Amino acid sequence: MNERIWKRIYKNKTSLIGLVLVSLFFLTALFAPVLAPVYNKNNPYQMPQASYQIAPQPPSAQNWLGTTEQQYDLYYGIVWGARLAFKIGITVTFFAFLIGLLVGMTAAYFGGKTDEILMRLTDVVFAVPSLVLAMVIAAMLGPDIQHMMIALTAVAWPSYARLVRGDILSVKQRNFVTSARTLGAGDCRILLRHILPNAIYPSVVVASLDIGYVVLTAASLSFLGLGAQPGSADWGQLIAMARNWVLGTPSNPFAYWYTVVFPGGAIFLFVLGWNLLGDAFRDILDPRQI
Amino acid sequence: MLRFVIRRLLLLPLVVLGVTFLLFLLTQRLSPEMRASLYVKDPRQMGALEEVIRQYGLRDNVVKQYGRWLKNIAKGDLGYSPSANMPVARAIKEYLPATIQLAVVTILLVVFFGVWFGAVSAVHKDKWQDNAARLISVGGFSLPIFVLGLLLLMLFYGKLGWFAPGGYSVQTNMLVHAPSFHHYTRFLLIDSLLNGNLKVFADVFAHLVLPAVTLCIGSFALMVRVMRSSMLEELNKEYVRTARAKGLSEYQVIYKHAGKNAIIPVITLASIQFIRLLGGTVIVETIFDYPGIGRFGVIAAQQLDIAGILGFSLMVAVLFVLGNLLSDILYTAVDPRIRLE
Repeated sequence: MNERIWKRIYKNKTSLIGLVLVSLFFLTALFAPVLAPVYNKNNPYQMPQASYQIAPQPPSAQNWLGTTEQQYDLYYGIVWGARLAFKIGITVTFFAFLIGLLVGMTAAYFGGKTDEILMRLTDVVFAVPSLVLAMVIAAMLGPDIQHMMIALTAVAWPSYARLVRGDILSVKQRNFVTSARTLGAGDCRILLRHILPNAIYPSVVVASLDIGYVVLTAASLSFLGLGAQPGSADWGQLIAMARNWVLGTPSNPFAYWYTVVFPGGAIFLFVLGWNLLGDAFRDILDPRQI
Repeated sequence: MLRFVIRRLLLLPLVVLGVTFLLFLLTQRLSPEMRASLYVKDPRQMGALEEVIRQYGLRDNVVKQYGRWLKNIAKGDLGYSPSANMPVARAIKEYLPATIQLAVVTILLVVFFGVWFGAVSAVHKDKWQDNAARLISVGGFSLPIFVLGLLLLMLFYGKLGWFAPGGYSVQTNMLVHAPSFHHYTRFLLIDSLLNGNLKVFADVFAHLVLPAVTLCIGSFALMVRVMRSSMLEELNKEYVRTARAKGLSEYQVIYKHAGKNAIIPVITLASIQFIRLLGGTVIVETIFDYPGIGRFGVIAAQQLDIAGILGFSLMVAVLFVLGNLLSDILYTAVDPRIRLE
């Protein structure tokens, strides 16, 4: 990353807030074992239960942020949820981008029939809203975090394929490619050594900024009961558990506010951070865009 | 233009076939017993699944099975959905109008608030109004629909007792299903007015408010930004200066001159967002137990009701592709500078 970009971020207050938010979440994720000592060694994402009572309990000295349905500790859930969010976001974005890169590269470089077939394949995936398609795939694979990540990757790669394809098409016509070819370089060498390094940088940035969106979709799936299972430290799962308690008690409608506000706040700030950061980068990469 | 539309219409079945075939491949992971529900027409048949499996060759290879599924669809038979307890085709007919009604009301809200906030933002660029509008739209964009929905539910239903979630009241259901109630459009909001039944209208409207507001806040950020930048562009043009020079009032300059032209990109964006709302309705309908197609799809997915899942995906894909085509056409209709090819 060059100095100019850092300067732009530093100058723009909102993108600075985004950077701070994302960094805070990253530190939380990194130091999760220190902030909330592991409770179940075999599965650190398993939240501890304070007791077997059903109703949530308000914040106390033991459970700093209170407990949600079935006495799962909210603090543990939110801290380890941050780690899970990064794990899901980075894994999905990485594999989706890798697939998109391979497909987009092949389509753009070889063109013709290959291009047509591969692009129609992306059309197929684009034909259904991504949340709906991910939901259907996750349902068929069975509710599980791993399966959810597969479903998210399956709906995310086509947009990167198109992005990479566009970038490569614009670079492909440039003179240095022609000169490499006249010098006798093979397809593979031209693609990997000449075209790629000059074409993918913007796509990589765009893709990495999608982490917030990926995490949001993952949380939606968990909320619908098609991702993480009850008891895992997943933000969407925490919100799903809060669903039965939003109406509070007859005398106090806000009795269980902490079950929604804390995990909801975590997702909100996480996504907000990425969005603010994303806005700044989009401005830098393409100042013409709105 | 015509060639473009025809080519896209020809691509439509191809794309829909692709989606359903891929999903059909996925269903093969599940046991033949579970897949048998696709072919059951009567709940009483659910007992004798082994017979259904043999009769429809559910252990055959995928392509053969897929062909048979397509044949059934051509006949209008989408299978039986155990989760909704009715044939899929009937479930779609029953639930889809409610979802479209929700989407229409939402998009009207999105356009109204988007244009309003966007215009105010542009007119008061870099003043507090602009910053407030930006804050609200970025906040709304980042707040997950399911969190926002629960917060609104907590406040409006929990605290104030307004807008009960869930299905329509018993009274409404009785009135709607009575023989004297005519279903002119299948959109209850309109039908109730046409029948002159204000009680039904009030109940249907009350059920729409929270889902529509939730969806609107989640998706109007983009509208605000587009309206803002489009308005800024118009305000800098020569004809606005002319209008001011003529001595027109600021109100006339902004709303009668610049506003009219600035709204063009908003219209096209609205048509795109209308289709995108289909994804959001899935979550909103689940939170508010709104009797729409999204909730049907979620319940089918949760209960692994394959007939329901496939029918739902097929319908969403068709709607989505058609909607995208319509928005492309609208795009050229509003702005003749754009040529489709």
